[in-house]
Amino acid sequence: MLTYAFYFLAFLAIFSGLMVILSKNPVFSVLYLIMTFFCIAGHYILLNAQFLAAVHVIVYAGAIMVLFLYVIMMMNLNKETEPHKNNYLRFAAVISGGLLLLTLLASLKGAVTPLEQQPYNADIGLIGNLGQTLFKEFLVPFEVSSILFLTAMVGAVMLAKRDKKEA
Amino acid sequence: MSRLIFLIPLLPLIGAIINGFWGKKLSKGLSGLIGCLAVGLSFGLAVYAFFHLKTHPEIETISYVYFDWIKAGKFSAPFSLLLDPLSSLFLLIITGVGFLIHIYSTGYMHDDEGFHKFFAYLNLFVFFMLLLVLGSNYLIMFVGWEGVGLCSYLLIGYWFKNIDYSSAAKKAFVMNRIGDLGFLLGVFLIYITFGSVSYGVVFEQAKSFTSDEGVITCIALLLFVGAVGKSAQLPLYTWLPDAMAGPTPVSALIHAATMVTAGIYMVARSNIIYTLSPTALSVVAVIGIATALFAAIIGLAQNDIKKVLAYSTVSQLGYMFLALGVGAYTSAVFHVATHAFFKALLFLAAGSVIHAMSGEQDIRKMGGLKKALPVTFWVFVIGTVAIAGIPPFAGFFSKDEILAHAFASNKIYWLFALIGSLITAFYMFRLLFLTFYGKFRGTHEQEHHLHESPKSMTIPLIVLAILSTIGGFMGLPEILGGSHALKQFLEPVFANSELNMLPHHISHSTEYILIGLTLLCLAVVIWVAYNQYVRKKDVPPADALIVSPVHKVVYNKFFIDELYANVITKPLNWLSEKTDKYFENGFIDGIVNFTGRSVVGGSRLMRLAQQGNVGFYVFAMVIGIILIFFFTSL
Amino acid sequence: MNIFQVIPLNHYIFLSALLFCIGVTGVLFRRNAIIIFMSIELMLNAVNLMLAAFSTYLADGAGQVFVFFIMVVAAAEVAVGLAILMMIYRNTNSTDINVLNKLKW
Repeated sequence: MLTYAFYFLAFLAIFSGLMVILSKNPVFSVLYLIMTFFCIAGHYILLNAQFLAAVHVIVYAGAIMVLFLYVIMMMNLNKETEPHKNNYLRFAAVISGGLLLLTLLASLKGAVTPLEQQPYNADIGLIGNLGQTLFKEFLVPFEVSSILFLTAMVGAVMLAKRDKKEA
Repeated sequence: MSRLIFLIPLLPLIGAIINGFWGKKLSKGLSGLIGCLAVGLSFGLAVYAFFHLKTHPEIETISYVYFDWIKAGKFSAPFSLLLDPLSSLFLLIITGVGFLIHIYSTGYMHDDEGFHKFFAYLNLFVFFMLLLVLGSNYLIMFVGWEGVGLCSYLLIGYWFKNIDYSSAAKKAFVMNRIGDLGFLLGVFLIYITFGSVSYGVVFEQAKSFTSDEGVITCIALLLFVGAVGKSAQLPLYTWLPDAMAGPTPVSALIHAATMVTAGIYMVARSNIIYTLSPTALSVVAVIGIATALFAAIIGLAQNDIKKVLAYSTVSQLGYMFLALGVGAYTSAVFHVATHAFFKALLFLAAGSVIHAMSGEQDIRKMGGLKKALPVTFWVFVIGTVAIAGIPPFAGFFSKDEILAHAFASNKIYWLFALIGSLITAFYMFRLLFLTFYGKFRGTHEQEHHLHESPKSMTIPLIVLAILSTIGGFMGLPEILGGSHALKQFLEPVFANSELNMLPHHISHSTEYILIGLTLLCLAVVIWVAYNQYVRKKDVPPADALIVSPVHKVVYNKFFIDELYANVITKPLNWLSEKTDKYFENGFIDGIVNFTGRSVVGGSRLMRLAQQGNVGFYVFAMVIGIILIFFFTSL
Repeated sequence: MNIFQVIPLNHYIFLSALLFCIGVTGVLFRRNAIIIFMSIELMLNAVNLMLAAFSTYLADGAGQVFVFFIMVVAAAEVAVGLAILMMIYRNTNSTDINVLNKLKW
């Protein structure tokens, strides 16, 4: 049962990932990306990381992708406006992508075997355990990331604001 | 007590720092007071240390390790100071004579605008000199050695606005570097041979070497090269007469009493190494006697009051090396002490004369100063008598001891040494008579100006005169009813060297005859000088009027400076110019320019790749990542 | 029954590597800045998936905490990046990255 679930989700994720970059309409891309994210969330659940799955759906599908959609609609890009790259470049892109996959897998191949299989622990992904790790071991990065957020917020507002002289 | 020895060198350093950094804000009086006080307190401590050693004969040495200075692999050189009879004697000379010269300087340099700077340099010099004698390994000695060289450079070139003076400073510095190279190589060889640079370890291990081993001779000779440079021996002596460009107190302190005796100190300190190598000792003796004679002859024909004293210093240093060379270490140190008294006295008295003559240094333009400068005259007489070696003044005892040891070791040494000392007596009395007797030969204005120096200058002179008078009694020999207190005091330092070096003692009767002979010759020489310069009122001719070729050669110092200039300096300059023209400009610059041009050309080509297309950049980046993965997974 | 017993860790590595490479190909393939942006999000998610898989297989919670941090960075990046895109669109009236070729000699 789990095996089928894994293969189904994996296939769906790859398919929708491919459709993100292949579909001509940006709005479709966004929708496919959301589908990919849901597949990944499904994988998280398979991996017993339930809290992570919830956060993932909320943050990515809920917040980030809505932002994307909003921007696309603001720019009115739903039409086929993009001039395509020529075919040689597309071909080169696919080839290099494939090559990257090959080399990536080749270098990752040796990474797994030396690892020792740990006994199964279903509690890892529970919110309590994650909270313990986050606020004990990673307290300082946590605080720093809040500063990062603040900076990003200020930066986004600064950038998106229309220049008064221009207007 | 033992860990407080560091205060002795520290106090002058503090004085130098205060005067060096904040001297401009201090008044001259305060600046001078700080300078004098620093050395004075240090002198007090040195006296205390001396009596501590004297009253506790069971303590042979006091040493204290302050911190690890250099530690690299097997090599370690702790910063530690060593107080033993030898260094405590040198401490007394340096701080004592130094203190008097500091007091003198407050009067002598009173009108100089760089007053605080002068005292900062003097204090710094005293610091380095004390470090040199107090260090307990060759490395600390080397630091002091280089430090005094630096201070000597700064002080010779003190009036650096005069080009001649600053080039004299450069000359002293370069000449000293030649010697220092030898010293440094000697220290390296010591480390290679003994695995340490500490005196204690080195001397302990040296005892196991047999006599005249090649390595030991090499070490001794290399160290001696350093001593030759620092103590102005043949062939590196030429800087010392030129060093008279500095203010007179500097000449007295550095170029007569202390720094130039560093070479003697070093050889005396390494006495065990030298004793093991008779070859090196005879080199030392021969160079010493040659210098003594050579410099004395040049001194005969000089007309500058300070130059005469400078050559006499070179000559006296030659005597000290002769003493070291025949293994009479005590006598050498004894002569260092007495020489410090009377030579400092002579220089300071000469300074007083120059002060009175408003800067005139040529003795042909002096004369008859006896009445105008009574104190200076009398102390100068005492100094002259002391250096000439007339009993019971200080020079007699030490010089006579050196002559006796030379006689016991080799009659030829003795003969040359005797001739040298007679020449010394002659030119010193010539100097005395020409300066103070007869009629005044200067300008009218100068005559009007003649005045005795202030108290701050005469008091140190008087103290030094007293020391020059009685200083010899610290080494009163047995034949004159003394017990040679100095020898007993220095016994622990030279215990391992002197005994096996001086097997042949001369009998008392021979010694009496030698003394008598020396005194007789001296009397004749002084009479000749008196006859020529006081009775006949003979005055050396002006430069252009020198006719006799011998006189000309001697007057021009045997043309040694010209020889060095033509044989060493000029070919080197020529070589440098040629290499600059052909090798440097053609070859080295060619390589450098080629590198630069090829980078510019390459960049111009590479720039074309940067065309502003973001897609292209991303492509390049991905291909780079692929390559990295490819090579890591190979 | 749990995931270890049926699916080896290697499968997850394949999956996330594949998703990552799809992202990279997307960046190279398209000229629309917004699609490129989405491809970057895809790459980040591939990494997240890998981290979560390792975290579970090695029974170490730190991997999942790292995923949170990556989400933080991704969110901040999207906020700033989309703001920049808005500015570019306002100035050039296009989201084609080939328009942005001023940064050159």
